[in-house]
Amino acid sequence: MIYPSPLDHQAHQAVAETTVDARANADEGASRTLWGDAFGRLKKNKLAVVAAIWILFIILVAATADLWVPQTLGDPNATGANMAAESRLPPSLEHPFGTDTLGRDVLSRVIYGARISLTVGVVATGISTIIGLVMGAIAAYYGGIWDTIIMRLADIFLAFPYTLFVVAMIAVIGNGIQNVFIAIGILGWPSIARVFRSAILSVKENDYVDAARAMGASDVRIVARHIFPNSVASIVVYATMNIGGAILTESALSFLGMGVVPPDPSWGTLIQSGQQYLQTEPWLMILPGLAILSTVLAFTLLGDGLRDALDVKMKDA
Amino acid sequence: MIQYIVKRILQFIPVFLGVTLILFIMQNVVPGDPIKLIAGERKLDPQTEMNIRAAHGLIETDADGKIIYDENGDTIETPMWKRYVTYLTDLLQGDLGTSYQRGTEVSSIILQKYPYTVQLALVAIVIEAVVGIGAGIISAIKRYSFWDILVTLVTSLLVAMPAFWFGMLLQLFFGVWLPGLTGGALQLPISGVAGPLARYPEWMYYILPACTLAAVSTAYTARIMRSQLLDVMNQDYIRTARAKGLSKGAIIRKHALKNALIPVVTYVGMDFGAMLAGAILTETVFSWPGIGRETYIAITQRDWPIVMGSVTVIVLVVMIINLIVDVSYAFLDPRIRLGSSKNEG
Repeated sequence: MIYPSPLDHQAHQAVAETTVDARANADEGASRTLWGDAFGRLKKNKLAVVAAIWILFIILVAATADLWVPQTLGDPNATGANMAAESRLPPSLEHPFGTDTLGRDVLSRVIYGARISLTVGVVATGISTIIGLVMGAIAAYYGGIWDTIIMRLADIFLAFPYTLFVVAMIAVIGNGIQNVFIAIGILGWPSIARVFRSAILSVKENDYVDAARAMGASDVRIVARHIFPNSVASIVVYATMNIGGAILTESALSFLGMGVVPPDPSWGTLIQSGQQYLQTEPWLMILPGLAILSTVLAFTLLGDGLRDALDVKMKDA
Repeated sequence: MIQYIVKRILQFIPVFLGVTLILFIMQNVVPGDPIKLIAGERKLDPQTEMNIRAAHGLIETDADGKIIYDENGDTIETPMWKRYVTYLTDLLQGDLGTSYQRGTEVSSIILQKYPYTVQLALVAIVIEAVVGIGAGIISAIKRYSFWDILVTLVTSLLVAMPAFWFGMLLQLFFGVWLPGLTGGALQLPISGVAGPLARYPEWMYYILPACTLAAVSTAYTARIMRSQLLDVMNQDYIRTARAKGLSKGAIIRKHALKNALIPVVTYVGMDFGAMLAGAILTETVFSWPGIGRETYIAITQRDWPIVMGSVTVIVLVVMIINLIVDVSYAFLDPRIRLGSSKNEG
């Protein structure tokens, strides 16, 4: 069954529970590992391969931009020599997506914007994943009162209207790129904690966990060596999809003027600055939007591909 | 059933307290002195300032509202927990406080703005249900056809784009390009609501914002509908019905659809709750005077009484809608037994 992908931040309360039973399939080829096996299956999924190539392409372009983006456009914040003459030029050979109000090339700003948007996506997801893993592990492993406290806390976080919560958080800690990491990262933990908690609960009952405990392994060792490797597939899938969601949230924050601050170009700030010229120079907001769309789509498709390849079952709670 | 509802309402309490507490802490760590927001840049004489602080409960007063002084003759700042308790007791009496900047009651601001959000959500939810369910059914019945591929493609694109960007594309298309092509014959209002000087009939103002608000969830509705229907069509009782010689249309109408719709209706119901939480982005793009935009503006102005009040109301509304959805789920699907261990925790 296909259920809403977890990056739907409107229905953020819809929680994905995952269980992993890739073990059974891993036995098919005697010498192959779970990951080797999954990679083989992922390669056969054309959409996922295209998505992965697109993501690698964006990363490569963003990382090497300093080397090849033409000198005149090299500094995404530099204004043209003659600002008035180069302001909001329509697309041309020289400026394939036109220029903005300050005479800056839109394409090169979108390329540099990829750095910020991708970084936000990855770092924010990293933060939510780490907090979520710790919280989920404590809740599932110790159970009882810990489970109740952490899961109620997750309920409280999920009860907030998501966008309002992020905006309020930014209002408290201030805007700027680090605070965007923190706000999106902190508010994203409950869903990951729930995913990891249920993954652990399903692994915890296995005999090998009892065996490890009988042999005197510590709690941390049991979680790190036995439970984590057996739930990592669902976390990888969830985190991949979550990156797209974080990129969308960043764009929304920047659009509201509460995220990355100009002149730093993130895709959201580019759309926001293009909004006032919607009627006359629409290209200013179209390209950054397409960049977001294609990248988020790529992360979703890659996540779908990984889910199928790793045989992770996702369902709504 | 009654037991289940009571239990759920009791579960609201800790969540609700947690939400208000987190907001309250945010309000207290946020930079800026509320007095500056209330008074603006004006220089206040100390007595007036003290009276304002007392009126907003920032310093201790006695039962008659007289300011209490300590032995040095200074005012005493009300401790945070005490203000939180005051906030909660006021809340229980329906008093949401007074806006710092506008001096009006928060409850009257909410009453003025919320109807716009509710109206927009109602239009959007109709679009979501009709288009989403329709597209999902077509897509499932004509599996792997052109229409199925089209629905899959469009839904994938919709869930990956920023909703506010989609709204701007709609504005571009219906506000700029289409009027340009048709010489202004076909045009939709691209922002605001109908006022006394409105150029268009009132209903036209709802179209673009409602489509924007509904876009992402319509895509999800279509996907869930498709997968549910395909799932149900594989069930044994459908094969039995087919074996009895029923036509495909009759099977879908009489047997499959009813069961496949249950999760879809739940999703749409939950989504209605989410829409009632106010759509900051849609409301901002379209200058829609709803509760989401109002709260966002209040956040940027650090007018925390409005933020506290509206988020409190929003959270309550969403909780109630979700409860209604859960309860009606049990009515729709007799297999669901509420209150069983499945629903715990």
